[in-house]
Amino acid sequence: MTAHKAQALPSIPRTETPLLKLLWRVYGYLRPYWKQTLIAYASLFAILGLNTMIPQFLGWIIDTGVKGNQPQVLTWSVLVLLGLTVLKGVLNYYQGTMSEVASQNVAFDLRNEIQKKLTSLSFSFHDQSEAGELLSRAVQDVERIRFLTGRATVRILEGALLLVVTAIVMLVMDYRLALLVLATMPLLVYRALYFGSRFRPLSQLVQKQLAVLTTAVEQNLRGTREVKAYVQEDAEIERFGRENARWFDLSARSAQMQAVNLPLLFLIANLGYVAIILYGGRQVVQGQITIGEIIAFITYVGQLIEPVRRLGMIIPAVAIAGSAAERIFDILDTVSEVRDEPGAVSIGQIQGRVEFEHVSFSYGRKKVLNDINFRVEAGQTIALLGSTGSGKSTIISLVPRFYDPSEGRVLVDGTDVRKVTLHSLRSQIGIVMQDTTLFAGTIRENITFGNEQASEEEIIRAARAAQAHEFIIQSAQGYDTRVGERGVTLSGGQRQRLAIARALLMDPRILILDDATASVDAETEHLIQLAFQNLVRGRTTFVIAHRLSTVRNADQIIVMDKGRIQAMGTHETLLTSSRLYVEIYNRQLKRQETTA
Amino acid sequence: MSFSIGGITSGMGPRDALDRYGSANREDTAKFNPRVIRRLLAYLRPHGWKMAVAFVLTLGESGLTLLAPYLTKVAIDQYIEPGDMDGLWRIALVLTVAFVALFAVSAGQRYLLSWVGQNVLAKLREDLFRHLQRLHLGYHDRHIVGVTVSRVMNDVAEINELLSQGVITLIGDVIVLVGIIIIMLTMSPRLALLTFIVLPLVFLATWIFSHHARSAFRETRSKIAAVVGDLAEDISGMRAIQAFAQEKASQERFERVNLENREAYIKAMSLSFIFLPTIEILGMVATAIVLWFGGRYVIGGTVTIGVMVAFLSYVTRFFQPILEVSRLFTTFQSAMAGGEQVVRLLDTPLEITDAPGAVEMPPAAGRVEFDHVVFRYNPDAPIVINDVSFVIQPGQTVALVGPTGAGKTSIANLVTRFYDIQSGSIRIDDMDIRGVTLDSLRRQVCVVSQEPFLFSRSIEENILYGKPDATREEVEEAARQANAHDFIMAYPDGYETRIQEGGVNLSVGQRQLISIARAILTKPRILILDEATANIDTVTEVYIQQALEHLLQGRTAIVIAHRLSTVRNADWIYVLDHGSIVEQGSHGDLIDRGGLYSQLYARQFSSSN
Repeated sequence: MTAHKAQALPSIPRTETPLLKLLWRVYGYLRPYWKQTLIAYASLFAILGLNTMIPQFLGWIIDTGVKGNQPQVLTWSVLVLLGLTVLKGVLNYYQGTMSEVASQNVAFDLRNEIQKKLTSLSFSFHDQSEAGELLSRAVQDVERIRFLTGRATVRILEGALLLVVTAIVMLVMDYRLALLVLATMPLLVYRALYFGSRFRPLSQLVQKQLAVLTTAVEQNLRGTREVKAYVQEDAEIERFGRENARWFDLSARSAQMQAVNLPLLFLIANLGYVAIILYGGRQVVQGQITIGEIIAFITYVGQLIEPVRRLGMIIPAVAIAGSAAERIFDILDTVSEVRDEPGAVSIGQIQGRVEFEHVSFSYGRKKVLNDINFRVEAGQTIALLGSTGSGKSTIISLVPRFYDPSEGRVLVDGTDVRKVTLHSLRSQIGIVMQDTTLFAGTIRENITFGNEQASEEEIIRAARAAQAHEFIIQSAQGYDTRVGERGVTLSGGQRQRLAIARALLMDPRILILDDATASVDAETEHLIQLAFQNLVRGRTTFVIAHRLSTVRNADQIIVMDKGRIQAMGTHETLLTSSRLYVEIYNRQLKRQETTA
Repeated sequence: MSFSIGGITSGMGPRDALDRYGSANREDTAKFNPRVIRRLLAYLRPHGWKMAVAFVLTLGESGLTLLAPYLTKVAIDQYIEPGDMDGLWRIALVLTVAFVALFAVSAGQRYLLSWVGQNVLAKLREDLFRHLQRLHLGYHDRHIVGVTVSRVMNDVAEINELLSQGVITLIGDVIVLVGIIIIMLTMSPRLALLTFIVLPLVFLATWIFSHHARSAFRETRSKIAAVVGDLAEDISGMRAIQAFAQEKASQERFERVNLENREAYIKAMSLSFIFLPTIEILGMVATAIVLWFGGRYVIGGTVTIGVMVAFLSYVTRFFQPILEVSRLFTTFQSAMAGGEQVVRLLDTPLEITDAPGAVEMPPAAGRVEFDHVVFRYNPDAPIVINDVSFVIQPGQTVALVGPTGAGKTSIANLVTRFYDIQSGSIRIDDMDIRGVTLDSLRRQVCVVSQEPFLFSRSIEENILYGKPDATREEVEEAARQANAHDFIMAYPDGYETRIQEGGVNLSVGQRQLISIARAILTKPRILILDEATANIDTVTEVYIQQALEHLLQGRTAIVIAHRLSTVRNADWIYVLDHGSIVEQGSHGDLIDRGGLYSQLYARQFSSSN
C-alpha cells in the first residue's frame, strides 16, 4: 500500500446547524404515537429521579446504618434500595420499549409514505433519480430519523436533565464541594462538543470513502471481462490501492481522534475526583461533612461523565438526522408532474383513435418534440422510424401519459388524456418493450400482472398465443415456476414472450410495441414474430420498427428526425417522397430483405 | 431521454440491494477453525512490536484502573479518618499521577490497536482485490458480484474487529476481572465470597440473552433486507408498475414487508430492554450484599469502612468486563464465519496463469488455428466444444453461425484464453496460446461484446481503457472512426461526460459505439465480435455497421453472427451445432448444400417477411 500525503485529503467540513423547522416536522411524525411517547418520557423522568435518589440513599445508609451502628436501619434500607432498583428496571423496560415502538412506527410510516410517493411520481422523476440514491433515503436516512425520534431524543433529555439535577443536588448538599466538581463541567462539555463536531464529519468522510471502495470493487467485478480482455489488471489494482490507501489515511486519523477522546474525558473527570478527595477529605477532618457525603459526591461525579460523553456524540447526530430529514422531505414534497386533475373522470371503454395536436415536449431546456401532428384511426398500425434521440420514444410515452406535453394536446377517442384518470387510461394501453421487467414471483403472477382475476384458461390461451406455453410447461413447476430474484433466469426471448402474454391477457385497445427481438436465435425469433402478429391483430398499435415486414404492413409510417416528423405515409409513398426513408430503407431494411 | 418499460434503469437490482444491505442468508455461527485463525493471525505478524506494546499498555491500563479504588480506600482509612492532611496530599498526588498515566496508556493502546486493525484491513482488502484480478473468468461466472463485494468489504471488517480490538480487549477484560476478584479476596475473603454469589446469575442471564438475541437480530437483518429488496424491485420496475396501473398492489405488498420489519425490530429491541435492567438489578443485589453484610462487619469492627467503600466501587466495575466478553463471543462467531469465506477466496487456486517459461508473444500476423479442440466449462459440465479444428488466415473475416448453445461464444472465450481447453491446442501464428504470457496474448486479441460494460468514469477514460497512455487526438480519432464523436460532443461536457452506473445515460447503441472506439484505439491484431446489432434502432445500427467496417479492416476477425444478414461479408462461414462444426463454406455454397445453414436461413426469411 502506498503512503498518501495528508494534505491531499479534503478538509473536514463543519456540521451544519440543524434546521428547527425540519426537526419540528420530524417530531410531528410522533403525534399518532403520543401515548407511547408519553409513557416513555414519564418513565424517563421517574428513572432520573431514582438515579438522583439512589446515591443519596447509599450515602445515608453508610452514615446512618454503618457508621451510626444501626443494623436494623441497614436491613430495611438495603431492602428499600433493592426495591428501588427493581422499580428502576421496570421503568427502564417501559421507557426503552415504548420509545422503540414509537420510533419504529415513525420509520414504518415514513417508509410507506416514501414508497407510496415513488409509485405516484411521473417518469421524468424516475428518469432523473438513481435507484441506489432513492433506496439509501428510504433505508439509511429513515434509520437516522428513527434514531433521532427514539433513542437520541431520550438520551439528550436524559443527559441534560441528569446534568442539571445532579448539579442542583450537589449544590444543595455542599455548595463548595459542588462548585469544585462543577468546575470540571464546562471543560467536559466543551471537550465533548468539540470532539463531536470534529469527529462526525471525519467519520462521514470515512463512510464515503468506504462507499467509493465498494463501488470500485463492484465495478471491477462487473467489468471483469473488460479488465482481462484489455489487460488492465495492474492498472485496476493500482487504482484500488490508491482508494484503499486514502481510506486507511482517513480511518487512521479518525482512530487517532477516537483514541484520545474517551481517556481525555475520563482524565478531566478523574481530576475532579482527586479534588473531591483532597478538599472533601479536609472538610471531613475539620468535621464539616461526613464520609458518606464524600462517597455520594464521588458517585455523582461518576454519573456526570456518561451523559456528557453521550451528549457530545449525539448532538452532531441530530444535525445529521436533520439533513437526512431534508433528503426524505425532498421526495415527499415532490409534486408529481403527471397526476389526475381535479374532476378527472374515467375515460370509459375506448375505441382506440389517437391524435397528436401540435404537440411539443421539452426535456429540461432541450426540445425533444417539436409540433407533432398526426392521427391514428382505431385498429391502425403506425410504425415509427428514426435514430436514437429523434423522439420516437417520447411520442409513445405521451400516449399513456407517462409525461405531459409542454404544448399541444394528445387525444384518445377525441378526449384530452389530461382530462381522464390515469388508471382508466393506462389500464387500456398495453406495452411490450425489448427489456421486460419480471417481478419476483411465479410465471403465472407475472403474466397476470395487472389482471389478477384472469382464469387459468385465459392465462394459458394468452401464453399459447404468445408462443410461451411450450417453454413454460417445460420448466420445473410449469406456470408456478418462480422467476426473478431467487428464481430461474429466463432468456431475453423468453421474457419478451411473457411480456407479450401479459399484454394479450390485458387485451388493451391501444398497444405500444418495440418489434426488436432481444438477441435470440432464428428459431426463437420466428416464434416471437408469430407472437407479435397475434398481439397486433385488431388493436391500434404504435410500433418502434426495426424490420421491414413491420414497416411494410403498417398503415402509416412516421419518420422522425431531431424531434420533428420528417415524413409520414405508407411504404410506397415514402419511397418516392422521403430521402431519409429511402436512406434507412437502403442501408438497413432492404439488406434484411435481400439477405433473407 | 431513454424510454423503456421496465428495463432496469440502474445498475442496482433487488439482488444487489440484498447483498449490499445485509447478507441475510449468511450463517452467523461458525466453528472454531485453527487454519483460518492461523492464516489471519499471519496478517498481524508485520505489526509484532506494535501489538506487543499495545499488550503492555493494556496491562498497564488494567492495573491503573484497579489501582484507583484501592488508593481511595487508603485515603479514607489511613488519612481522612485519622485526619492526616499531609498524607492526604501525598495520596492525592499519587492519584493524579495514576490518572494521567491512565490517560496516556489507554489513549496509546487504543490508537495502536485501531491503527494495526485498519492497516490489516486495508492489506486484506488489497490482497483480495489482487487475487480477484488474477482469478479466471470461470470463477467470476459462478459467483454473484454482490456476494464477492461483500466478502471484500463486510467480511473483512468483521475479522478486523476480532483481530485488533477483540483479542487484546479480551485479555484486558479477563485481567481486570481476575484482578478485581483477587483484590476483593485479599481485602476481605468473606465479603468477597458473599458478593460472588451473584456471578453465576450474571453468567446465566448473559447466556440466555445472547442465545435469544442472536436469532432475533438475525431476523431483523433478513427483514430489513426484504424491505430493501422489495423497494429496489419497485423502483427498478416502476415504469411497469405505472404502465399497468399497479400502484395500489405494490403499496400493499411493501406495507406488508415493512410491517414485518417493524415487528422484528421491536421484538429484538425488547430483549435488550429486558437484559440490561436485569444486569443492573443483579449489580444492585451485589451492592446490597456489600452493604448488608459489609455494614454489619464494619459495625462489628471486622472490616474498615474504607474496605467497604472499595468493595462498592469494585462491584460496579465487575459487570463491564463480563458484558464485554459476552459481546466479544458474538463478534468472534461472525468473524469466524467471515474469516472462513475470506480465506477460502484467498486460497482459490488460479486456474489460468502464465505457464513456467511463457514467452512474450511478438506482434502477431493474425493466423488463428484450432486443432482438435475439446472444451467444457467445468469437469461436471457437458462438453461445449467437441473436436473442433479450423484455420483462419491473417486478415480474414470468419463468421460463426448456429443455434443458441452451439458453442459460438465459447470459441470466442477460448481465443482470449479466458478458459483453458481440455485437449487439443489453439495456436496463433503457430504459437500455442498456453505457451505465451496472458498479457501479451490479450493485448493482441480484442473482444467487442453484445452488451459491453462501461465503467462509471468519463467517456474519455472508457475509450482510453485499453491504452491509458493514448493522446486526446488518438481518442477523438478512434471515436470518429467509431461514429461516436458526434454524439459525444453533443453532451455539454463532451468527452468528460461521466457515464452513470450501468451506462443508463447512454442508449444501448451509444454504449456499443463507445466500446467500438475503445477497441479501435487498442489496434488489436485479432478481433472477436459478438454481433452487436440486435437491440439497436435502425439508424444507429447503420452507424455501428460503418464503425465495424473500420474496425475489421486488415484484421483477423471472428464474428459471432446471430443474424444471417451480417454473414454475407464474411470470407468463410462455419456452422456450429452441439459443439461441432457441421458445415462450412461461403454463403452460396451453404445455401446450395441444403443443410442446417439453409434451414436457419429459411427461418429468418419467413419471419423477416
